[in-house]
Amino acid sequence: MQDEERQRTEPGRAQQAGEAASGKEAQGGPEDPGRGFLLSLSRTVGVSGHEDRAAAAVEEGFTGLADEIRRDRLGNLVLVRRARRAGPEAAAEQAPATPRPPRIMLAAHMDEVGLVITQVDERGFLRFTAMGGVDQRILPAQMVRVHSRQGDLPGVIGAKPPHIQTADEQKRAIKMEDLFIDVGYDEAEARRRVSVGDMASIDMEPLSLRGQRLAGKSLDDRAGVAAMFVCLRELQHLQHSADVFAVATVQEEVSRLSGAATCAFELQPDIGLVIDVGFGDMPGQPEDAGLKVGGGPAIGIGPHVHPKLFARLKELAERWHIPYSLEPSPTPAGTDAYGIQITQAGVPTALISLPLRYMHTPVELLDWRDVQAAGQLLALFIASVDAAFVEGLRCF
Amino acid sequence: MFLKELSEAVGVSGQEDEVRNLIRDRVRPHVEQVWTDALGNLLACKKAAASAGKAPRIMISAHMDEVGLMITGITSAGLLRFRPVGGIDPRVLVAKPVSVGKDRIPGVIGAKPIHLQQPEERETPFRLDGLYIDIGADSEKDAASAVHLGDLAAFRTPFRELGGGLVMGKALDNRVGCSILAEVLEGGPYPVEVCGAFTVQEEVGLRGAGVAAYGLKPDLALVLEGTTAADMPGQKEHQFATTVGQGPALTLMDAAGVPSRPLMERLQQVALQQGIPFQFRRFTTGGTEAGRIQEQRGGIPAGTVSVPCRYIHSPAAVLSLKDREATVRLVQAFLYSVGESGVPVA
Repeated sequence: MQDEERQRTEPGRAQQAGEAASGKEAQGGPEDPGRGFLLSLSRTVGVSGHEDRAAAAVEEGFTGLADEIRRDRLGNLVLVRRARRAGPEAAAEQAPATPRPPRIMLAAHMDEVGLVITQVDERGFLRFTAMGGVDQRILPAQMVRVHSRQGDLPGVIGAKPPHIQTADEQKRAIKMEDLFIDVGYDEAEARRRVSVGDMASIDMEPLSLRGQRLAGKSLDDRAGVAAMFVCLRELQHLQHSADVFAVATVQEEVSRLSGAATCAFELQPDIGLVIDVGFGDMPGQPEDAGLKVGGGPAIGIGPHVHPKLFARLKELAERWHIPYSLEPSPTPAGTDAYGIQITQAGVPTALISLPLRYMHTPVELLDWRDVQAAGQLLALFIASVDAAFVEGLRCF
Repeated sequence: MFLKELSEAVGVSGQEDEVRNLIRDRVRPHVEQVWTDALGNLLACKKAAASAGKAPRIMISAHMDEVGLMITGITSAGLLRFRPVGGIDPRVLVAKPVSVGKDRIPGVIGAKPIHLQQPEERETPFRLDGLYIDIGADSEKDAASAVHLGDLAAFRTPFRELGGGLVMGKALDNRVGCSILAEVLEGGPYPVEVCGAFTVQEEVGLRGAGVAAYGLKPDLALVLEGTTAADMPGQKEHQFATTVGQGPALTLMDAAGVPSRPLMERLQQVALQQGIPFQFRRFTTGGTEAGRIQEQRGGIPAGTVSVPCRYIHSPAAVLSLKDREATVRLVQAFLYSVGESGVPVA
């Protein structure tokens, strides 16, 4: 235990590996730029299909870390960092045998689950349905923002007080179709401002909890975006012979293929690395279903993970004492790896999962050290990839 | 806005300190006497205008406390078990941020991810004994170094202005009453002596107000409240109890008793004369302090005036500032009417 603690609180091992370091910054403290970036991403809105604001926040954070930043046709934000090798070996490696540097695509989705307005009723209350997987039971008494064409309106999802409920009512979950948003306006004013089809999102200021733990909305999967941020910062101190495409993807919460897969089609990566959140340990869950929060990122293993990528990630984590766990995932669904793997003639993919409690609620909780460690592991992995390794991925 | 400060202050029943301190600082310059009693009620008396002669003493009460949670256990994983303090529907607790203890340690009430649920689970509410607060502690020892059994937790909801002159916040029941009473004490002088009682422990059984009334020995008592407004989808109009935006609600009867009829008639008269909108609380469950006050000593005529609040006892209630302002006017007009026509008695 003690030993584990020490490893985690030491400045990133990846930085040692890369000689130089951003180690002067308080790791994980309030001044940690990665942590601050994640908090700002949590505050940002980006319901699936409407990721513009999230994309702007991501772009702002990544400025200076990428050689090129662009958005593609569906809205994926692509950050390009070209290969960097120094010295004569580099020149030798760039010889005719390698037509182009290996391409590594990192993917973390920037969209979030949300609500869509379906009706403005005769007293100005707004009815809604879910955009993505939302448990109706977490909705009563939540603060929301309705994103109308004229700007954001604060509101709250009403909850009938206990004084006027029958005992029977409390035994049933309130159905989403019976819930409503109160923005204060009467019918005429509400209709003037809100249209059917407007999006609404949860309004929640992220919290810094004990240690390095954070809670807030949309950490699924802005934490993955933050891990890419940590990775790109680490890469500034490392040499890598691969071109890196860090992609903040769209529509992960509502589609298996729209965001990440179309982007992979354009980028034609040799390797796809997906960073998403995994189910953190919590009561009421089978013991084998929870990743330990604070125990480091989890390396996925299953049909959608290439065995050699898995082995390399695990080996690097061992070698550099990066805490990690394994996440067996028997079915390939549920993350961007699903789509990337079957793009074009197939892309070798791997999955890094960040342990997250209370997924798809406004109080998603994680340990910042896990995000940091994931970013370091990604950077070490990228630095380790050369043309020969890529070639080997096709040899089973 | 003082209501915002009051709403964001923490004051779960039995630990009303933050609210009491805010109010004490606010009203002290406007009254002759401020003190606290054995339970922690904050009492503030304002003498009648010099010209009034021997004036009756009117008590106005507003409870400071709010519903919340008490920490009753710490699990081996460092999660906090809790029980409600006051009436809370467990369904509104799920996936909310809270503040624990006097240091306001942030925490969240988590919920199992939808991905891991069976469809039928989503039809059944989370049970209170399956909920806990996560403050990010990684062990029992870590949690126990920050939190103690018996610590109180409150909702952590920022106050917001909504559309149409409505505002949203936690504990509007009854910080709205506190804000009205503070404003009344800042005004005047009135032709009567006004004794403000900012009371404790209303949400756990109307415990503060009776004690305050016994001590103050008023000729009459008025209780200010934030009451249920069920003017929401799924309710028929006759089930609304009160309607937001239609003015202060006068109570004809509640679970704690029948208010003084002459008092309630005088309030109506005053409202009609002054053109202040009002409504009746069309509903009899839920008790207020008036019932407890009128049982004191040889009987003290008492009645309740409430500001309609939607979603009370949840992390985010909603009320109309117009209703609040109309209530201030009604209370002040009533005080002048007592000066003119005396204490309303049968």
